[in-house]
Amino acid sequence: MAKKAIEVSNLTFTYPDEEAPVLKDVNFSVNHGEILGIIGPTGAGKSTLAMCVNGLVPQVINGEMEGTVRVNGEDVSESNVAKMSEQVGFVFQEPENQLSQMTIEEEIAFGMGNLGVPRDEMLIRIKDALEQVGLVGFEKRSPLALSGGQQQRLAIASVLAMRPTIMIMDEPTSMLDPKGKNEVYDVLKNLKEYGMTGIIIDHEVERIAAYCDKVLVLSEGEIRMFAPSEEVFTNVEMLHDLTLHAPQVTEFLARYNQQFGQKLKLSTTVEESIEVFESAYK
Amino acid sequence: MEPYISVKNVSHVYPGGVTAIKDINLDIHEGEIVAILGSNGSGKTTLVKHFNGLLKPTTGEVKIGDLNTRKERISKLSSHVGYVFQNPNHQTFLPSVRQELAYGCKNLKMSEEETDTRVQRAIELFQLHDRLDDNPFDLNSSQRKEVAMASIMAVSPKVIVLDEPTTGQDHKGCKRVLELVKMFKEEGHIVVLITHDMHLIGELNCRTVVMNQSEKIADDHASVVFSDKNIMAEAGLQPPQITHFANEISHFDPNRTYLTVESILEWMEANQEEDVKVGTRS
Repeated sequence: MAKKAIEVSNLTFTYPDEEAPVLKDVNFSVNHGEILGIIGPTGAGKSTLAMCVNGLVPQVINGEMEGTVRVNGEDVSESNVAKMSEQVGFVFQEPENQLSQMTIEEEIAFGMGNLGVPRDEMLIRIKDALEQVGLVGFEKRSPLALSGGQQQRLAIASVLAMRPTIMIMDEPTSMLDPKGKNEVYDVLKNLKEYGMTGIIIDHEVERIAAYCDKVLVLSEGEIRMFAPSEEVFTNVEMLHDLTLHAPQVTEFLARYNQQFGQKLKLSTTVEESIEVFESAYK
Repeated sequence: MEPYISVKNVSHVYPGGVTAIKDINLDIHEGEIVAILGSNGSGKTTLVKHFNGLLKPTTGEVKIGDLNTRKERISKLSSHVGYVFQNPNHQTFLPSVRQELAYGCKNLKMSEEETDTRVQRAIELFQLHDRLDDNPFDLNSSQRKEVAMASIMAVSPKVIVLDEPTTGQDHKGCKRVLELVKMFKEEGHIVVLITHDMHLIGELNCRTVVMNQSEKIADDHASVVFSDKNIMAEAGLQPPQITHFANEISHFDPNRTYLTVESILEWMEANQEEDVKVGTRS
């Protein structure tokens, strides 16, 4: 197995008819089993970057690309999108755009059918995928009869059944209610148990902080921070400079320190922040 | 004072027999900002579509000002109630921002002069001077949403309904939406928000209606609703992270619900005298 799940080196990408590149000399790598969050203002190049990882950019969405993207050691530019889909799964913002079949099991079988997975194997994988996203018992239902959160989990299950080693989700929860958002993030967390690597693009910094190992901050096509979540989200000043923000608890602790001349440890989760603040009061 | 929007015992049954809202009573007065919360499929959008006559009640009655929505045309109601869709692509379709801004007024057959005055005003309020000749589809999602809001502003209906205004927006976009909602209120509009964004409601600190399984289960100030654990659990909602944090801090006023980072800091500042010992460096 290659040392890194994803390795991006000197990646620069320019869309046709654009003068400025949308990604500028991007370098980072993701270890096997890691969950990476990508944040950044609208227009930073987050989705373009994600699509470079499975080769959609530049093979389907054209443009001028320099640098290399390696997935499990393999140069993406030497592969094609169909072949990459066996390694890299992609889930988009609106699950409805990704669903096409009459029943949930057919939906999950669809992607596998395209890969030529034999029927017996399909049945096993359908069962596994439904377990992984918590939709067991829904096999015969119509995808359209599901809630938004369930539809998004189904979209994820259909991708999981193709047994990729890497899962990329581009703003998968923005259409969902709070319960649906949690459901999707819980699935993301479970990927680790299956030895998978995950990338999630989202504006929900509080959930990113709670669920991701590392965070990459992209702004105007450049990497501005790439570090463990804790480190990124406690650099509140830098985030503000980039018009971003930290989780509310971190914002609070930072402002409390500033306003009252304190030096409390900045935390990025509710539980730890409560502990930090309560113990400072005693 | 007579309510401007009056919903009396309204139920709506869709063809096929699904009851989407059940026996709803709701009065909304001049100057109010009202957030409507609830999980996907709880009836929020169905309820709000009754305000501009897109849907007529199966039983009960909806009045907008003096107009009974059952008896009026949508075109007439739409000059009283403007609707900004979740996806701005659903309502922007003209080749320039300038034309987009004028469309609503022209559609209501306002004179050219009147239209010009109103469009000019929307341009001022939204500071769109530099974008008038842009094609809305060349703008990013946040700017496109703003154009959709500005076009509604040009028509200047009494009631402005915003459906998920912060979905998919980055932090800067969310802050802008907050400013715009406040501006709408200052300009004398009633604002009705459909949203999952608890941070936004926290910042607005407004009246909050909670829908759950087709029924209205709460209607009160955000601070009251957010501190009602039963209601929140029933509707699958979570308060903003900072509210969750503040609820667990023994030192804070147990009778208050803190909805924003600022509100805690302000309270601490005001209570500093007896609280200097808080976090004293011993």
